[in-house]
Amino acid sequence: MKDLNISKLEAIFQQKIDDDVKIEPNDWMPDAYRKSLIRQISQHAHSEVVGMLPEGNWITRAPNLRRKAVLLAKVQDEAGHGLYLYSAAETLGADREKTIDDLHSGKAKYSSIFNYPTLTWADMGAIGWLVDGAAIMNQVPLCRCSYGPYARAMIRVCKEESFHQRQGFEVINKLAEGTIEQKEMAQDALNRFWWPALMMFGPSDDDSSHTEQSMRWKIKRNTNDELRQMFVDVTVPQAESIGLKVPDPHLKWNEEKECYDFGPIDWDEFWQVVGGNGPCNKERVDARRKAKEDGKWVVEAAMAFANKRNAKKTA
Amino acid sequence: MSESKGWPLWEVFVRSKQGLNHKHVGSLRASDATMAIKNARDVYTRRAEGISIWVVPSNNITASDPSEEDSLFEPSQTKVYRHPTFYDVPDGISHM
Repeated sequence: MKDLNISKLEAIFQQKIDDDVKIEPNDWMPDAYRKSLIRQISQHAHSEVVGMLPEGNWITRAPNLRRKAVLLAKVQDEAGHGLYLYSAAETLGADREKTIDDLHSGKAKYSSIFNYPTLTWADMGAIGWLVDGAAIMNQVPLCRCSYGPYARAMIRVCKEESFHQRQGFEVINKLAEGTIEQKEMAQDALNRFWWPALMMFGPSDDDSSHTEQSMRWKIKRNTNDELRQMFVDVTVPQAESIGLKVPDPHLKWNEEKECYDFGPIDWDEFWQVVGGNGPCNKERVDARRKAKEDGKWVVEAAMAFANKRNAKKTA
Repeated sequence: MSESKGWPLWEVFVRSKQGLNHKHVGSLRASDATMAIKNARDVYTRRAEGISIWVVPSNNITASDPSEEDSLFEPSQTKVYRHPTFYDVPDGISHM
């Protein structure tokens, strides 16, 4: 009897998805849908938060006040994006503290791109241009995701990301039209961030375990390889227009398919970084853990203050 | 639906400009209402999205049950005569 009920509920649920009716927090949803969303949204939130670290690294060393104000605003946006997303995960019943503890214990993942170091100022350009560019490519389709709170958070995020990408492109463009040393610096940043940016779209479709079900549930609207191809197609002409060379000897315009063919991605590197062995994995997670531990007394003091004041009010 | 040990959850409503109603924009955690307003300012109005903020403890919100959607809202769907287009008005009649 109960099984019959569940399969009926599942049918109603899938019908809603097929009709493009959004699912809202209190609606019935299959357990696996809920779990899958919690996994994806919390990973996304972690990526925003960990993503503050490589750029935060350069705030005090930005070349002038304008760049510093911009970078500060951008990093603050990333914090905001993390908060929208943690809230969205909470609407599914995820416990925020536990979600964050999973990041700190290494159980939860975040975007592998943030495990690469930011060695020069040009990296701020490369991150805005390529990393935020790739993120936009990923996030725009998520604005139509079947889960209402996630879709709404993504609409907000996408509005803000476009400033991120443009400021990054401005940074790299300025360097590219500067002295020889500055141009080399820009090229070097592109060389280091190009392949990791392509890896941001995740494993190729043949190896992506979640894609098929996520597409059926409209959590995901495009496959990893589709989005990666779109990114390559829009980004290569941008690099050319500012006189930088994409570090891929196999890159070639395919007249017939009307898109770029590009060289093989080093998936060993990808899985190494995802598995915790990237250049900065330990540093990033340690920094987040330290932030939580060092800030713990503030969280407790604020709560104690609020409780004390409430007690006075009711007394 | 476990509760975090940290700060309580607040729902945030923002009035985008004078003359419009406050609209739900999301939620956040804060130790008290004053902090919730401050955090909402930073999280939800970084680009002049609002001129007024309401915060409400999430557990003070009572929501209708989605499984009662039919019994709650069906009556308003079947009363088409509540809409002006239900009525026949002869051609040539204006200002109506």
